[in-house]
Amino acid sequence: MSIVVFVESSDKKVKKTSMEAVFYASKIDNNVIAVALGSAHDESQLGELGKWGATDVLLDSANKFDSGDLSLSASAISEVMKTKNAKILVLATSPFGSGLAACVAVQLNASLATNVAELPDTSSGFVVKRSIFTGKAFQNVNLTNENKVIAIKKNAVDVVENGSVINISSFSAEVDGEGKIKVKDVDMIQGDILLPEAERVVSAGRGLKGPENWGMVEELASVLKAATACSKPVSDMDWRPHHEHVGQTGIKVSPQLYIAIGISGAIQHLAGVNSSKTIVVINKDPEAPFFKEADYGIVGDAFEVVPKLIEALKANN
Amino acid sequence: MKILVCISHVPDTTSRINFIDNNQKFDTSGVQFIIGPYDDYALAKAVDLKEETGATVTVLNVGRAETEPTLRKALAIGADNAVRIDADPLDSIQVATLISNYAKGESFDMILMGRESIDYNGGVVHGLLGEMLNITSISPVMTLKLNGGSAEMTREIEGGKEQVEVAMPFIAGCQEPIAEWKIPNMRGIMTARSKPLDVIDGSAVDMHSDAGEYSLPKTKSGVKLIDPENIGELVNLLKNEAKVI
Ligand SMILES: Cc1cc2nc3c(=O)[nH]c(=O)nc-3n(C[C@H](O)[C@H](O)[C@H](O)COP(=O)(O)OP(=O)(O)OC[C@H]3O[C@@H](n4cnc5c(N)ncnc54)[C@H](O)[C@@H]3O)c2cc1C
Repeated sequence: MSIVVFVESSDKKVKKTSMEAVFYASKIDNNVIAVALGSAHDESQLGELGKWGATDVLLDSANKFDSGDLSLSASAISEVMKTKNAKILVLATSPFGSGLAACVAVQLNASLATNVAELPDTSSGFVVKRSIFTGKAFQNVNLTNENKVIAIKKNAVDVVENGSVINISSFSAEVDGEGKIKVKDVDMIQGDILLPEAERVVSAGRGLKGPENWGMVEELASVLKAATACSKPVSDMDWRPHHEHVGQTGIKVSPQLYIAIGISGAIQHLAGVNSSKTIVVINKDPEAPFFKEADYGIVGDAFEVVPKLIEALKANN
Repeated sequence: MKILVCISHVPDTTSRINFIDNNQKFDTSGVQFIIGPYDDYALAKAVDLKEETGATVTVLNVGRAETEPTLRKALAIGADNAVRIDADPLDSIQVATLISNYAKGESFDMILMGRESIDYNGGVVHGLLGEMLNITSISPVMTLKLNGGSAEMTREIEGGKEQVEVAMPFIAGCQEPIAEWKIPNMRGIMTARSKPLDVIDGSAVDMHSDAGEYSLPKTKSGVKLIDPENIGELVNLLKNEAKVI
C-alpha cells in the first residue's frame, strides 16, 4: 500500500502546508509518494520533502499543468494513485488544492473531506475532524468509501523531521489535451510572505482612519517578519488591496501571532482569525469585542501605542 | 443564454453556533438563515449579466421546504425561476451529484455559485460539478466579463491573481468584488411571489461519508491587559510566555 500527496510550490519553494500534508500522510502510511506537477517547482526543494516523511517524489514538469486546469491535474494524480495502488490522497486545503481534491474524488469515486484539522481516528472506520462554520466549530466525519481524498487545514499537524533528503524521479502523466484554460496574465503580489502561510500577521482596521497611516503597520510587520492584513471595510474602501482582507468572506489565517490594530472584532472578522495561536489587540475602546478573544490587550490610541511597540521590539532584537 | 446560480441556505454570519441532541445536531433555534454571502455575489453577477444580455437566471438550492424563503429572496433579487431539489444536504458529493443530475438535461451556458458555503466550508461543489458534467470549473473568481462565446475572468491564486479565458459553458466559484450584493426592492418582492419555484425529488443518491459528532473550539482563558506606558511588558510576554517572537 502507499499514500499519495499532492505538493504545491510558490516562487520555487515548496509551500509549508504541502510539507504538513507530507508529514500528515507519513503518520497514516509508511510509503508516501509526493507528486508535483508543472514548471513552478525546484527539484532540490522537492527532494527536501524526504525530511518530512516522503519516500518518493514524482515530478511531471510539463507546463500544461501551469494553467490551473483542475481536471487535467486531477487526471495525472488519479493515474499515479492507480498505478501505485494508493487509496488515499492528502493535500493542503487551498483554492487550487480544494478544487483538485474534488476532481480526484469524482474520478476515483472517493470520499472527500476538506479543512481537516487533525489526524484521522481509525479505531472504528476512518474519522476525520473537519473545521466548519468558518472556524466556529468542528465536525467528525467518517470517510466510508475505500478511496479517500483528504485536504488538511494549516497546522493540522506539528511537523518534525522524520527522514532525510531523497532523490526525485521524473514522470510523464498520460493525460489528454493541454487543458481548457488560457492564462493571459499573472499578477503576483509584492512582498515575500504569503498571508495564508504567514506565522505572524499584523492586521489593521477602520480605526486607522486612512490609507496614509499604514506606514507604521508595515513597519511593525517588517520588524516582526510578519505579513500585513486588514478588515473588510478597509479593503472595501480601497485603503488596502483586496487580498489582505481576512475574515468570514476573506482569507482565513492561523498564524502563531495575530496583532489586531483598530479592529473592533466583529464576529465576521473573528471567523477568519480565530484559529490563531496568540492574539494581541490594540484598541482605544476598552469595550471593543475583540478583547474577549484576545490573549493580550492594550487599551490605547494606536497612533501612540504602535510606534512605541516598534521601538520596544527593535530594542529587543 | 441560460445561467444557473446555486445558492446555499446558511446561518446569518452573526449566529451563535450551538449543538443539541448530544452534539449530533446543529441548534437552529433563534438562527436566521440567509443566502450564503459568496453565493449572494454569484447571484448579483448573474442578475448583472441578465441586464446586460437578456439571459435567463435559474436559482437552485438543495434543501427541504424551509429553504423556500431563501429561494424567494433570490427571485426578488432578480432570478427568473427557482428549483429546489428536495433532500437534506448531507455532504458535498451528494449535493453536487443532485445538481449534476438536474443540470445535465438543461444545457446551461454558465453555472455560478459562491467559492464556498459558510456553514460546512467545503469549497468543492464547483469542482465536483465541473468534473461530473465535464465542464471547466474555476474558483475563486473575482471578475467576469463575457467576450463572445467565452469569458474572461480574474482568478485569485495564492500570492496573486491571474487573468484567464475560458470558453462557455463553464462553472465559476465567485467571491468579491465580482459584483455588489443586491437588496430586493418592493417590486422585486411582489413579482417573486408569482415566479415559478419547482420542486424536484432528491432521494436515492449514494453516500460517500457519514457525519458524526460536532464540537466547539476551546475558549480563550481571558485577556491579559498591558499598560500602554509599559510596552516592554508585551514584548516580554510574547517572547517568554507565548513564545511567538
Ligand atoms: C456577510 C458579512 C460578511 C462580512 N465579512 C467580513 C470579513 O470577512 N472580514 C471583516 O473584517 N469584516 C467582515 N464583515 C464586516 C464586519 O461586520 C465589520 O463591519 C468589520 O469587521 C468592521 O471592521 P473594523 O473593525 O475595521 O471597523 P470598525 O468596526 O469601525 O472598528 C474600528 C475600531 O477601531 C477602534 N479605533 C478607532 N480609532 C482608534 C485609534 N486611534 N486607536 C485604536 N483603536 C481605534 C475603534 O474603537 C473600533 O473598535 C462582514 C459583514 C457581513 C454582513
